[in-house]
Amino acid sequence: MGLLPLLLRGAPKRFLRASGSYRSLYESNSRRRRHGTDAAAADQAVNSRADHRPDDQMLDFPGAKAAFTSRMEFISPNAAEAVPCFRILDDLGRALDGSDIPEVDSSLAVKMYHTMVRLQTFDSIFYEAQRQGRISFYLTNIGEEALNVASAAALTKDDVVFPQYREHGVLMWRGFTLDEFANQCFSNEAGHGKGRQMPIHYGSEKLNYFTISSPIATQLPHAVGAAYGLKMDRKNACAVTYFGDGGSSEGDFHAACNFAAVLEAPVLFVCRNNGYAISTPACEQYKGDGIVVRGRGYGMTSIRVDGNDALAVFKAVSAARKLAVEQSKPVLIEAMTYRVGHHSTSDDSTKYRSGEEIAHWRSVRDPVLRFRRWLESNAWWSVEDEKELRGAARKEVISAMNQAEKKNKPPLSELFTDVYDTLPRNLLEQEATLRDTVSKNPPSLAPH
Amino acid sequence: MAQKVLVPCSSSSSCGKVQFSPSRVHTQAIAFGGELSQSSSRKNKSLALKAVAAKGETSAPVTAKSGHEILLFDALREGLEEEMARDPTVCVMGEDVGHYGGSYKVTKGLAEKFGDLRVLDTPICENSFTGMGIGAAMTGLRTVVEGMNMGFLLLAYNQISNNAGMLHYTSGGQFKIPVVIRGPGGVGKQLGAEHSQRLESYFQSVPGLQMVACSTPYNAKGLMKAAIRSDNPVILYEHVLLYNLKERIPDEEYVLCLEEAELVRPGKDITILTYSRMRHFVLQAAKTLVERGYDPEIIDIRSLKPFDLFTIGNSIKKTHKVLIVEECMRTGGIGASLRAAIVDNFWDFLDGRPECLSSQDVPTPYAATLEDATVVQPAQIIVKVEQMLQGLI
Repeated sequence: MGLLPLLLRGAPKRFLRASGSYRSLYESNSRRRRHGTDAAAADQAVNSRADHRPDDQMLDFPGAKAAFTSRMEFISPNAAEAVPCFRILDDLGRALDGSDIPEVDSSLAVKMYHTMVRLQTFDSIFYEAQRQGRISFYLTNIGEEALNVASAAALTKDDVVFPQYREHGVLMWRGFTLDEFANQCFSNEAGHGKGRQMPIHYGSEKLNYFTISSPIATQLPHAVGAAYGLKMDRKNACAVTYFGDGGSSEGDFHAACNFAAVLEAPVLFVCRNNGYAISTPACEQYKGDGIVVRGRGYGMTSIRVDGNDALAVFKAVSAARKLAVEQSKPVLIEAMTYRVGHHSTSDDSTKYRSGEEIAHWRSVRDPVLRFRRWLESNAWWSVEDEKELRGAARKEVISAMNQAEKKNKPPLSELFTDVYDTLPRNLLEQEATLRDTVSKNPPSLAPH
Repeated sequence: MAQKVLVPCSSSSSCGKVQFSPSRVHTQAIAFGGELSQSSSRKNKSLALKAVAAKGETSAPVTAKSGHEILLFDALREGLEEEMARDPTVCVMGEDVGHYGGSYKVTKGLAEKFGDLRVLDTPICENSFTGMGIGAAMTGLRTVVEGMNMGFLLLAYNQISNNAGMLHYTSGGQFKIPVVIRGPGGVGKQLGAEHSQRLESYFQSVPGLQMVACSTPYNAKGLMKAAIRSDNPVILYEHVLLYNLKERIPDEEYVLCLEEAELVRPGKDITILTYSRMRHFVLQAAKTLVERGYDPEIIDIRSLKPFDLFTIGNSIKKTHKVLIVEECMRTGGIGASLRAAIVDNFWDFLDGRPECLSSQDVPTPYAATLEDATVVQPAQIIVKVEQMLQGLI
């Protein structure tokens, strides 16, 4: 490597001497050491091997192997055209000409639709529950149902998911029940999280869905680490991590992408570019052409896809997964979508965007409706089916909510467990003091 | 052990800073007291500067009907606005601070008034915009960095510790970093572990930083102004549950002293040291204690780094008993450091061990009942004070 092939191919003399490249210096020096002061003889020995090929060689810096140019040309900040966005269905759910519909049979398609509707129903009912004061916080996925469910459907259950917080549909697809969702939101003793995390901060070890942590983009390096583990174990699985347009600004995004590419980790980076990070619109989050163009910066395969087109998402994620697992390489998928709901129940997005804009995306651009139209065009779905599903979903969600609300909150004994694997002495003491205080002041402190 | 003599500083600086009589000095006391900011001449003699209330005064020294009622978040905003109007180099940066007005409305209306370069919306990267704030501060601006929640500033720990805290020192005094880092922290109402961090615990070790905690609209505005005027990097801790506290504050301009504690209720039986939200829990407990015939002296320490050992010491010399009530966890919190400082400096005046009520050493759980059990409650304060005053501990 290095300069040796050049020497063997015969780089022009002027290049070897003028560039002063490190390898030629090294070789001249080593020759000086061997031949003593006979530097001229050493140089001649090197040069005599050159057979003077034309100078179409590559510059051989350790940082890059690039052809040289004598024209100074800055690369413009954006390409003439934005990276095109892959889609299969148009906004009305009709397959576009020339589309290659992926292999989605009626049972898979209907299952996907069921999950999207159940997710949408759960979101609207639990959002209202927060408004009524029954839970303290909620965050919806409205507008991103297709992205959630279709991406999940393209993965296997062995693929490990590292979510941000707006990917409940992925968990729902994998089999998290409505009761489990509700128990977590009500932080009762049946919840998997033992009442320790805020609503919607789900996690399930058996479903390979890692517990949500609020700070943005912290899950990206985790995903790379997990992917690296999968690679070492030679598993037929990859890591998949989700984040938003805002999350791509965090330092952890850069670190994770770079590491994944350099270490060749089988991880899918799925960016839900939904246009807003709380009140910050995408145009104030970045100045480049979105997130997809950064993939090339890291040496990573990337694609931009219509996140509201369930079929396109399904196809792209399937292909990306195959690449990641077979070649052990990361893939960046930028799914364009729109955050129809507020950031969370702590936000009122009408403060920074118009009601018309929200209504437009909620109705005309609804990804669930779009997918339904495609199902109907295949005669896989009917108006009666819709009515039945919507009614059933609503009943199931409300029932899960009422059950979860009635259950007890976690007992005091769960306050100190799981901080470590076993209770250390200081926590045993604190628990004893606390129980003593509680027994003396029952009404004002937590019941046992 | 040498007798320590603490005298208030009588320099021409804009507040009564603590200065130690040079002949009797304890090395550790110097670490906590002494002059910090460079002397600044008193600009406007009509400024209300006295932070320490004498017996009978309320924390906001106004007569009835004068002054104006304000909520704490608005008081912070008022202080910020006044400083931005007074000094064109003051600017704010953070997430959603501009046209959105801030997640807690502390910067509401400022972008419209001062422009979006002085009230800068940043992309989501705490480490970046904190570093940016530090860089801007080193080159002449006075930046106010807002963390949407204090817990997120952990992503900026490197910048705060290695740069903000250090660069003035490592540059040999050439570069100053007049940055204010602020945001809501503390245990809220069911915000989950990551939104319930007590960063004062983590940052208190960093040399070069000053830390203050506000607890009322009056001290919030005064400390905000003081922090902006300070040439040191200052972390201003706000509490997420105190933003809607209402109080009547003076109409005239006032700046508080960053290094001073606030005597909230004078008394003679016991010294209770507290800050931020726990101040209000202590006051609530005090109502019951007073009814039962006790006379606690309550001090809101406000200055978390350095401690105002002058005010604290004078109180301990009077009462000989001290209880610290904090929201930090037991291990490594402000209380832990304050206890060490009290033992070092006022051992001779203590009748018993300095006591401390702190939060449990667990990540703050979300479930309401568990969360309440994690932090100190007024009932516990009453029990502890009674035990101490009855000689039971």
